[in-house]
Amino acid sequence: MTAPGVDAGVPVLRTEGITKRFGAVVALRGVDIALARGEVLGLVGDNGAGKSTFVKIVCGFQRPDSGRILVDGNEVHLHSVKDARAHGIEAVYQDLALVPQLSVYQNLFLNREVTTLGRLGWLSTRKMRAEAKAYLDDIKVSIPNIEAEAETLSGGQRQAIAVARATRQNAKILLLDEPLAAMGAKESALIIDLVKDLSSNRGVSILVIDHNYAHLFELCDRVNVFQQGRVTFDRRVEETSLEELTELMVSEYRRQVMAGHVELGDAGTA
Amino acid sequence: MSQATLTPGETSPVPAPAAPSTARRGPAGALLRLFTSRREATIFIVAVAIIIYFAARTSAFYSYANIVTIVQYMAPIGVIGVGEVFLLTLGEIDLSAGQIFLISPWIVVWLQQAGLPIGWAITVSLLCCVVIGAINGLITVLLNVPSFVTTLGTYFSLLGLVLIVSNDAQADMPGTTGMFGQVFGISSWSEIGWALAIVVVLHVVLKRTRFGMHVTATGGNLLGAAEAGIPVRRIKVWSFMILAFGAGFIGLLDSIRIQSLDPASPGTTVMFSAVSAAVIGGTSLLGGRGTVIGATIGAIVLGVLEDGFNLIGVSANEFTLVTGLVILVAMAINVQLSRVGARSR
Ligand SMILES: Nc1ncnc2c1ncn2[C@@H]1O[C@H](COP(=O)(O)OP(=O)(O)O)[C@@H](O)[C@H]1O
Ligand SMILES: [Mg+2]
Repeated sequence: MTAPGVDAGVPVLRTEGITKRFGAVVALRGVDIALARGEVLGLVGDNGAGKSTFVKIVCGFQRPDSGRILVDGNEVHLHSVKDARAHGIEAVYQDLALVPQLSVYQNLFLNREVTTLGRLGWLSTRKMRAEAKAYLDDIKVSIPNIEAEAETLSGGQRQAIAVARATRQNAKILLLDEPLAAMGAKESALIIDLVKDLSSNRGVSILVIDHNYAHLFELCDRVNVFQQGRVTFDRRVEETSLEELTELMVSEYRRQVMAGHVELGDAGTA
Repeated sequence: MSQATLTPGETSPVPAPAAPSTARRGPAGALLRLFTSRREATIFIVAVAIIIYFAARTSAFYSYANIVTIVQYMAPIGVIGVGEVFLLTLGEIDLSAGQIFLISPWIVVWLQQAGLPIGWAITVSLLCCVVIGAINGLITVLLNVPSFVTTLGTYFSLLGLVLIVSNDAQADMPGTTGMFGQVFGISSWSEIGWALAIVVVLHVVLKRTRFGMHVTATGGNLLGAAEAGIPVRRIKVWSFMILAFGAGFIGLLDSIRIQSLDPASPGTTVMFSAVSAAVIGGTSLLGGRGTVIGATIGAIVLGVLEDGFNLIGVSANEFTLVTGLVILVAMAINVQLSRVGARSR
């Protein structure tokens, strides 16, 4: 649907050979991806395949053991979330990042508060409220009361706020880790519309992790399959099908069962 | 508390701000909303009720001298209590605060004996308190130890230190003379004046500044706050330092007022009273919710109870029992209110 491929040349985000281990666990074994400008790229893969770890590395929350990250063709070194943000990379994590006790607008401005009086950090509450309202209207997220505490919102609304927060400061690369997990149909629709709007109307390049193929086909321009810490399959959605993806995951699952990596009846999320 | 089912609406999921089943209209509903939205409301009513009770029981209660007694009793509890509000909001606690309160005047005494002028002795003492706070915070965040354990360690260390260095002997507090003494503790209203100033500043810091919002965020969702780039460890260490400074400062004033120091007094009483004030004021021990105003009113309640029981001839032992019950009841009410509050929104 989207991705008018404004600049077909250099991918806005590219990774080369990203590896990461946690003690004995090798989470990533050399991940290469390329995300084009305005593109929505889906990542699928079993639990434990390393998708979340990959996202955390690209958004600067964790450091890779080796590999390169390139933004607009230039290598970047991300030592913190702040570094990544400076390059326009924002992430919304699986473990939802809102603070339940803070209001909608406070969450929207979390760690990017509008303040006066310099180092004193006096909160410009009125300004933040007004800007929050305007921005949510702008991206068509309808929250009746921006004073409401986040814990009083529905799951979909919370996720929408988290996404809105990530994009508010002109993120050009948005990483979404299972934004639709544990969400009803209506709530999923809210987020799917939001993601589509961000990519087609605001040119945001989006990497989205999800287990639901139907969602991915609706949302994405391209799909990558993650298996045991690397990308093993890369297709535009019109070049593949639900059947092909399912078959791919099932055969991988069978291969692992044969190899004795997985017990039968183990969580086959595919 | 998934409210996924509460999202009707054609164009957008609206989370029925007041679900018909639980929302109440009219004065009862308004009252319920007041109590659930303003966590200080419960303790405020309690404070007013007991003040009326004791005032009705004995006229000695509202004599000038007695009011001075009450405010002097509650000043340290209030200051340390609002400091603990920051830590409780972060999901932490400082058990050593009472001992910091007690050691700061001792440091002044020791430094003066070592030949330092009083002004310097006080400055260095306050610095020492801040350093103790920093140590509490750094051990907690760097070694990833529960602050309960860290500060239990500092508590005993400081207690032992005072007993050793003082040789178990009482001492006279310096700095009690002249204008200085008047401003910093001798004058009847100086201690409470300083205490109120600290309370107001900390209230503003918690509610109106970026730092305060980050305290709430860190306590409400540690991982989320860290992922948003908030320096959660630094926020925690600073909060330990703020409490330690407040405790040390009010400790100095308290000793200047009393003019003598007793090495055997344990810091636990004032610390537990302070934590109690915070908790009965509506601050959650689970983090993410703290109210400085609540803790202040909590300190008033404890001060009035102690003094009132004293006046009507109830013993200190009974006061202790009642304090315990008040804490339990206040906690139960607050937990209940936050459940009702979450449901009716
Ligand atoms: N902080 C961590 N410490 C240790 N192991 C981790 C950590 N994060 C992830 N892992 C491990 O790395 C592997 C990949 O995890 P993850 O990236 O969460 O997978 P996915 O998101 O694809 O389900 C898993 O085996 C997981 O247990
Ligand atoms: Mg994951």
